[in-house]
Amino acid sequence: MHTTAAITKTSWEGGVSPFGTGWSKLMMWLFIVTDGLVFAGFLAIYGFLRLAGPSWPDRAKMFHLDFIALMTFTLITSSATMATAVGAARKGQGKLARRFLALTILGGLGFLGMQAYEWSSLIRAGATLSSNPWGAPLFGACFFVITGFHGSHVLSGVIVLAATWVRSGMGLSRPEGVEVAGLYWHFVDLVWVFIFTLFYLV
Amino acid sequence: MGEMSRAVHEPPTFLRRYVFSTDHKVIGIQYLITAMFMAIAGGGLVALMRMQLAWPGTKWAWLGRIFPDGMESGVMKPEFYLSLMTMHGTIMVFFVVSLGLLGGFGNFLIPLQIGARDMAFPVLNMLSYWTIVPACLVMLGSFWVEGGAAAAGWTAYPPLSAVRTALPGSQWGQTLWILGMALFIASFTMGGLNYVTTIFDQRTKGMSMMRMPLTIWTMFIASAIGLLAFPPLLAAAVLLLFDRHGGTSFFLPSGLYFGNQLLPNSGGTPLLWQHLFWFLGHPEVYVLILPALGITLDLLPVFTRKPLFGYRLTVYCLYAIAALSMIVWGHHMYVSGMSPYVGEFFAIGTLAITVPSTIIGVNMIASLWGGTLRFPTPMLFVIGAIVFFGTGGFGGIFLGNATSDIQLHDTYFVVGHFHLMIGGVTLMAMFAGVYYWFPKMFGRMMSERLGKVHFWLTFPAFYAIFLAMHYQGLAGMPRRYYAFDKYEYLQWLQGSHLHVSLAAFLLFGAQFLFLYNFFRSVFRGRKAADNPWNAATLEWSSPTPAPHGNWGEHLPEVHRWPYDYSVPGATGDCTPQTTPASVAPVTF
Repeated sequence: MHTTAAITKTSWEGGVSPFGTGWSKLMMWLFIVTDGLVFAGFLAIYGFLRLAGPSWPDRAKMFHLDFIALMTFTLITSSATMATAVGAARKGQGKLARRFLALTILGGLGFLGMQAYEWSSLIRAGATLSSNPWGAPLFGACFFVITGFHGSHVLSGVIVLAATWVRSGMGLSRPEGVEVAGLYWHFVDLVWVFIFTLFYLV
Repeated sequence: MGEMSRAVHEPPTFLRRYVFSTDHKVIGIQYLITAMFMAIAGGGLVALMRMQLAWPGTKWAWLGRIFPDGMESGVMKPEFYLSLMTMHGTIMVFFVVSLGLLGGFGNFLIPLQIGARDMAFPVLNMLSYWTIVPACLVMLGSFWVEGGAAAAGWTAYPPLSAVRTALPGSQWGQTLWILGMALFIASFTMGGLNYVTTIFDQRTKGMSMMRMPLTIWTMFIASAIGLLAFPPLLAAAVLLLFDRHGGTSFFLPSGLYFGNQLLPNSGGTPLLWQHLFWFLGHPEVYVLILPALGITLDLLPVFTRKPLFGYRLTVYCLYAIAALSMIVWGHHMYVSGMSPYVGEFFAIGTLAITVPSTIIGVNMIASLWGGTLRFPTPMLFVIGAIVFFGTGGFGGIFLGNATSDIQLHDTYFVVGHFHLMIGGVTLMAMFAGVYYWFPKMFGRMMSERLGKVHFWLTFPAFYAIFLAMHYQGLAGMPRRYYAFDKYEYLQWLQGSHLHVSLAAFLLFGAQFLFLYNFFRSVFRGRKAADNPWNAATLEWSSPTPAPHGNWGEHLPEVHRWPYDYSVPGATGDCTPQTTPASVAPVTF
């Protein structure tokens, strides 16, 4: 369908995709916008409650920031391996793409494991949805809901990547499929950067 | 890519063809019929409310047998009234107007009017419909759980929605309400992503953005603002669920008493919910009304036989409305405790919306000017939509302004205003659309005679109800009151409430005439020609009713804008979009 003859004046004249992309890639971009706004909503709520609240616990006392930094590093590294996988798939190097997809999945699982460890240590210290030993009960609520929501996104990202890995092994996956999965993965990682900054650092 | 094969293969089994169909036309009709069913449900709820308001406290023994909890021994309980009101609003806004206009007409028209064989993602489209069905069932089913349906209003303000002991309807009814809304948002997101992708990528050769019919423009913009506005509500709904079942206090401050018991919550604020809800809620009313305006504008040239006035300007105004709609949610909260400066910001933004809205309204009227007017049923409803748009918009000026809104807030003035706009304009446009595109859907015409009777009952009854409500609001009648007759200053409104109720029953009854006409015409209606209205838009270039894949072997090619009527130098008063420039001059 992407014949140059069909492009009469500009690519907006109909008969071609104005962005020169497949439908699934365009759809993924649009989905990322809406999903990003869900996170924007959560973080705006968090900001509102934190500014309106009288006090907010000192994060340095509750978290081991080194550990959180390691989590962040793992996730960002997985973005790099993902980018390599997409590049390899585009060049038709299926084997290499699969290897880097597997590394990305490992990175995602590693992040989830560390998050589970972090959650359980906080719960053992007495944090719940409605209270926590450091004061401001809303802190626990915000923490579990927002990091949990992000964690569920990482989990679904891992599932999508695993499906792509299996499909490409069977020869079913097109390079664009890897790219679309990659877009989602980068998005999930980018959201973490915001959560990391706003929740742990600021 | 697969274009040819998609054109010829029709699904073989009944189930795949009519129930789990991926054909956008079947899905559109499914949405439309679901919306009609939900409209009867939503209308039935309000009929019960109007019985209470016309004859407060009367005993209806037969109703007591139908609703043994809500109307024990036949007298309506206040809690039941609140449930009726909540579910009427929820069902009408989300499950009738959104479903009918975006789900119904959006699905049916987008591929047909832009020259595509189907949506970009047909399976996702089917999935979006089959997500809305359980949402409808959850909403309706919530009347039969313990405590009855949600009763915190369609806006679900905490603490009523967040504290499970607040009202009978705050128990499982409210939880099911959140579940139903979550399903609705999921379905809307699937549909909206599909619409936007389809409109970007699937337009046929020559169908540039500026040659799209305004129905498609409005569907495009409505889907886009829906996709931007629904996510924060989803976030809020998740938190509300945690407040209800997880013990969090996102929307609950400290010091709340319910039933002489101090709640343990602290730290949150109900204002947060109001902001998040209206950040969706206000764009949502434009999600509803823009497609209605699009259909109205699209039908005007067909029945005036002259080009639409101000197409380009209308598109720009739609963009302006969409952009402004995202930053004016605060005008729903003038009395929630707001700094006057913030209120001023929201008031200026809101009143700024009247400018593009008025331009669109004036374009509608100017499109009538000097035309060769014909008045079949669709045109009557188009005129009705324009009239409601004008009247309703006038009321909006008073409500958008903080100074006057503080007086009018939460009165029947508000109820009258938004019913004229997102109830009236949308209803009129939906009826116009059904009468107009019915031949495209089923290959038959609806009865003109019944259609005209339907209009002349619906239009005056609608006006009688909601114009009167403006006056009741000015007289200080607060909305959502179950027993207004207990307040001395409202007792003299008894007569006008009776008037409104009688008109409401007439309006409700008249819709059964429409349903009869609709379902009878599906089987018995007069056979329609391929282009029964002699219209220029692309959907009429395919056979009527359109086959699977919409066009035969070749997709149509577009050479002009959709409103070339009475072009000088052309044969006939209608030049379809597929007519090449060599046959008739291109005017736009």
